Order: sequence, then C-alpha cells, then structure tokens
Amino acid sequence: MTISHSSIIENTVDATARATPVSVARRVRGLSDRAIAWLFIAPAIILLLAINIFPLIWAIYLSFTNYRANRPNAPVQGVGLGNYQRVLNDPDIWQAMQTTAHFVFWTIILQTVIGFSLAYLIDRKFRGHAFWTTIILIPMMLSPAVVGNFWRFLYEPQIGLFAYAVSLVSGIPTSDIQMLGNVTLAPWAIIIVDTWMWTPYVMLICLAGLRSIPDYIYEAAEVDRASPWRQFWSITVPMALPFIMLAVLFRGIENFKMFDMVTLLTGGGPGSVTEVASITLKRVAFESWATGRASAFAIVLFVAVFGLANIYVKALNRVKQR
Amino acid sequence: MQKTSKALLGLAAAFIMSSALPNLAKADELTLCWAAWDPANALVELSKDFTAKTGTQMKFEFVPWTSYADRFLNELNSHGKLCDLIIGDSQWIGGSAENGHYVKLNDFFDKEGIKMDDFVPATVVGYSEWPKNTPNYWALPAMGDVVGWTYRKDWFEKPELQKEFKGKYGRDLAAPKTYDELKQIAEFFQKRQIDGKTVYGASIYTERGSEGITMGVTNVLYDWGFQYENPKKPYDMEGFVNSADAVKGLEFYKSLYDCCTPPGSSNVYMVESADAFKSGQVAMQMNFAFTWPGLYKDEKVGGDKIGFFPNPAEKAHFAQLGGQGISVVSYSDKKDAALQYIKWFAQPDVQAKWWELGGYSCLNSVVTAPGFAKSQPYAQAFLDSMAIVKDFWAEPSYATLLQDMQKRVHNYVVAGNGTAKEALDGLVKDWSEVFKDDGKI
Repeated sequence: MTISHSSIIENTVDATARATPVSVARRVRGLSDRAIAWLFIAPAIILLLAINIFPLIWAIYLSFTNYRANRPNAPVQGVGLGNYQRVLNDPDIWQAMQTTAHFVFWTIILQTVIGFSLAYLIDRKFRGHAFWTTIILIPMMLSPAVVGNFWRFLYEPQIGLFAYAVSLVSGIPTSDIQMLGNVTLAPWAIIIVDTWMWTPYVMLICLAGLRSIPDYIYEAAEVDRASPWRQFWSITVPMALPFIMLAVLFRGIENFKMFDMVTLLTGGGPGSVTEVASITLKRVAFESWATGRASAFAIVLFVAVFGLANIYVKALNRVKQR
Repeated sequence: MQKTSKALLGLAAAFIMSSALPNLAKADELTLCWAAWDPANALVELSKDFTAKTGTQMKFEFVPWTSYADRFLNELNSHGKLCDLIIGDSQWIGGSAENGHYVKLNDFFDKEGIKMDDFVPATVVGYSEWPKNTPNYWALPAMGDVVGWTYRKDWFEKPELQKEFKGKYGRDLAAPKTYDELKQIAEFFQKRQIDGKTVYGASIYTERGSEGITMGVTNVLYDWGFQYENPKKPYDMEGFVNSADAVKGLEFYKSLYDCCTPPGSSNVYMVESADAFKSGQVAMQMNFAFTWPGLYKDEKVGGDKIGFFPNPAEKAHFAQLGGQGISVVSYSDKKDAALQYIKWFAQPDVQAKWWELGGYSCLNSVVTAPGFAKSQPYAQAFLDSMAIVKDFWAEPSYATLLQDMQKRVHNYVVAGNGTAKEALDGLVKDWSEVFKDDGKI
C-alpha cells in the first residue's frame, strides 16, 4: 500500500484542525473573530479619539473663533482666518519660533556629536565601562524641575560652581559671569543644561545602533585590511545612521516643546531672548486667555512639527532601505 | 422572604445614613483659598475663633505664589466648587466681577451694617471695587500690602561708615527720603567689605516670568510721574505711560539695576529679594510689607539690625499696592456660611487680632488706633506706605497688560535692549491693542 503525498498532507491538516479549539467567535454567540478583535481594540480607539483626536478637532474649531476660556458666557463668534493671520503676523511669535529653532538646532548638533562619541567610547568595552555608563545616564533620570533648580544654583555668579570654574580658567571675575542675566549667554546656558541632561539619551540609542552591527562585518573588513578610520566611515557610521537619525527625531520633537527648563532657568528672559514657542503659547492661552488665537498658534506649531517630522521620517526610511 | 426584604431595607437605610453623614459634616465646613505664605498661617490661627464661635470648620487651600494665579484663576474659570471663599489678588477684581466669579457684596454689606468707609480708602479701591471708584463691592479688604524697603540698620549705624558717608555726601547715613538719596546709599555700599564679606547696594525686583519686574518698575515710575491713562480720557495712554518723566523713571530703575544690585540679580522677586537680605548680601531691599514680620524675627538680620522705610519720593510720592480682598465664590454651595465668615472677619476685634497675629488689617479703627504705629517696628512704615498706594491695571485683561509690561521693561532694564523711550512707546502700542481687542477704544 502506497500513501500519496497529498493524503499525508490532508491527514496532517485534519489532525491540526481537530487539535485547534473551536473558534472563540463561535462560542461567543456567533461573533466573528474580526468582531471580537474590534471589541478588544475599541476601548483603546475610543480613548485615543477622546483624548487625542477630539481635542485636536475642537482646537481646530476654536482657532476660527474669538472664544476665551475665561469668559465662557460670552457669545462665541467666528473670525475666519483672523486668528491665523494675527499669529503669522505677530513679530513676538516669529521671534519665539526663531528662538525655538535656535535651541533645537544647537541642542541636536551638540547632543548628537557628544552622544555618539560617548556611545562609541562605551562600545569599546574598556574596564569599568558599565560603571561609567551608569554615571553618564544619571542626568537623564532626574526630573527637569530638579535639573532646572540645580543648574540655577550652579550658574549663580556668587556661589555657583560654574562661574567659579570659568573664572579659574579665564581669569574673568565671577561677578561678571552672569549666564542667566546676559542676553548673549542666557540661550547658551539653557543649551548647555539641555545637552547635559539629554545627551545620555542620544548615547543610549546610538549604543543600541552600534551594538546591532554584526562583528563579522568588521572581521571581513579586517581581512580586507581596512584601516580603523575606513571601518568607522564605511561600516560604523552608515550602519548606525538610522539609529542616530531616530535619536535626532526624538530630541527634535522634544526640544521643540521645551518649556519647564526655560521657565525654571530664565522665565523667558532676559527680555524675551529665551522665550521659546511653548512659553509664548502658554502665555497666550492661559495668561491672556485668548483661547481662539492660542488654538491657531498651536495648530500652526502642530503643522510645522508634523510636516517636518514627516519629511524627516521619509529620509530616515530611505536611509534604512539602503 | 420577609426576612430578606427587611435585611435589604436595613442595608439600604445604613447606606443612606453612611453617605448622608459626611454630607452633613461637609455643610459645616468652609474652604478658603489663598496663597501659601506667612499671613496665610496667621489666618489659620485666627480662624480657630470663627470655628469656636460658629462650629463651622475651616479648611484651607494654600498654593505657592508661583502657581497661585494659574491655579485659582483656572478654578474660577472652570466654575469649580473647591473654594467657598477666596482671597484673590487685587488685579483679579475686574475679571472676576465681569465674569461672575465673585458674589457682589453690596446688599450683604448694607444688611449687616458693614461700611466700606471703615476701611483704608486705598484698599477699598484696590481690593473691593469694580469698576474702580464706583460703589460696587466684590470683596472685603483682607490683607493690606504694599511695596516698601528694609535696610541694614546695624550697617547704617557703624560710626566709620557714618563718617565716610557724611564726608562724601554731606548728610547722615540714614533711611533715604528720595530716590537720589537711595541710589547714593546703594552706590556707597556696592562691593564694600563689611565684616570681611563683600556686600552690595540694593536688591530690587527684576523677575521676568510672572509680575516681578512690573511691580518693581511701577513702584519707581509712579514717583517720576508715570500714569496709566489720561485722567480725563480713559484708555488714552499716549503721553502718560510714555511721558518724558516716565522715561526718566525707567532710566533710573535701569541705572539702579546696573550700578547697585548683587551679581546674578536678573530674575529677582519676593523670595529672592528676601533671601538676598537675609543672607547679608545687601544694604537695602525692595519688597512687599508682608515679608517684614518674618525678617524682623530673623536671628541674623532681624531685631535691632533691621530698619523699615516707605518708598522714597521723587516728583510724586507713591508705592505699588499689593494685597488682597476676601470674596465669596459664586459657584460655592455654601454662600451663606461664607458670608457669615466675612461678617465675622470684618469685626473690629477680629481685625485687631489679625494684625497681632501677623496679618495686615485694612480697618481704619485698627490702623488709626493710638498705639498702632508703635505696636510693631514696621507699623509706621506700613502706615506711611499704605497712604501712598497705587495699583496696576485691574481690568479683566490685566494678565495680558502685565505680560506686555514684563516683556518691555525686562527687555530694557535687564537685557539692555533699546532705550527707555522705545520700551514705553512699545508698551503704549501693546496696551492699545489689548484695549482695542476688548472693545474699549
């Protein structure tokens, strides 16, 4: 008796079908698997709609009105594109956008360069590298409120260590090293703190990228007698690039929303040189209570970040596919 | 079956009783909202008498000054029921009255015989009236406060410094009467070594984030002739906010900041100023009067070492008003009980005790009592200061007006951008836009 291949397959399929429990759907009053899947996903979708999508749609609606949250009984009137026009013509808002761009640009540059360098060093697995990794990660684990207050004291010209250290190196009297009260230095004071706090985050992502490069690629390169410099530029950087770009994306979006650190360190001053977009938005929305205008400003910010992030993600995908 | 029904009925009754009891207790409880600071602690102590008298328990919601406005204005705007009584900042009166947050108190005052004439006039205008200078009352003056100065009396009394100062300026080293004198003293102390430590002239308000620098700058500008608007034409600000005298006043404030403040004074408000004084850094300190009792008690700089003086004069003589009135929140379910608290608080003996405990009473019978001026070392300076107060805009849009001023004056005084004239011209432009938005011009 010969057994054909097809009958073996059929028997196997039957056995599998017998072993598979009756569809959950059939047991729950004839619901399909798809319906049950929807049932499970529904709470999450409802929450998402309620918490993310509805406020967004509501904000878009408010952005076309003169609504003020502190005058809920006042009649709400449509103002067309008036709020958008006002936001886009407001020099203070443009100033805030420029300040934000300045912060985002410099923090990303510094955090990427230093973060990648640290990750590269840590990846060498020198003696005590685990200890140093932990030390480097500490700033990232602190709350921004703690970091803000901590650095405010460090920058204090009379008792702060920062001023003392700079004075020691440069010979400039400590009383002249006013990081937070000086128009030129105050933005840099914030950039330094943000870099100190978030470089470890970039380092962690870069480290994951470096660790994901298989050793055999380096071994093959060594067989081909590629110099360390060549290995770095031809293997390490290209293969870690998607991770670096991911870190840049995360930090870019986060720094675009920077608020707490600036509030604690300078409150937006001196003058308005450190007033980033999020602080201006908070002032328009919750101090002036110009809710309609604030909504328009928030939508403009959202479109800017969303648009830039989308372009960036497309570039990131292209790099990953290479 | 009957047994089951009875058991169910019993359970239901027990449930109703257990849920009703806390409600009964809550009806005898009032929540008062205010800032977290020394006077609030004094009010807690004072309110024990109210509880003893009426049986109504007092619950307090105190929020730090940095989030006081955000927290409670959000509460009022969302028609929250957290606060039955609120001690709201003087600038909130316009918005709270127009938006219906506060209960209008005129009928209640009439019924209970509470007369606004019994209170210091400036505090009635500042804390209770909206529109200003009309008999429409939304609060009872609760905590009088004003910007004034403290100084290191022990340093001023040092014979060698007295001698040196007299030789240089031809007068005694004493509490200044004018701003020119104040600046001379500040310059005299700036970077001087006293008891082996470098000290500085004066600590003044420069804070950017909330209202700090505005409170400091207006405190000085008023004396140079700055006015918010044309007295004959409301909201007409050109030539008043940016008058030549106002420009000079702002230039003076900047010169004081540049010459005589400690290093790192770019973001100073109440706490930082008090800290600069307490740590022995400065000879003089600008600050609200509420800080004075605490500073007087301070072991290092208080007692015989501290002196108090009202804002110096220049062309005019004013001081920036602080302080607050107490109001009944219109969303409260316990308005009657809250009104009873106000009635109790307005009594002369309660007001006298309020002053004793560290609060600043606004009742005439307390502040004009024969022994008042000598009742505390700072009482005379407080009295003199309260006689010359002037307040920031109390319009419903005060917060926007405040933000505009914060930005313009900080930009000039601390950041050193542009001129004083440009800063005040910009302020007129900003404020005109706000009033245009409000439909007032």
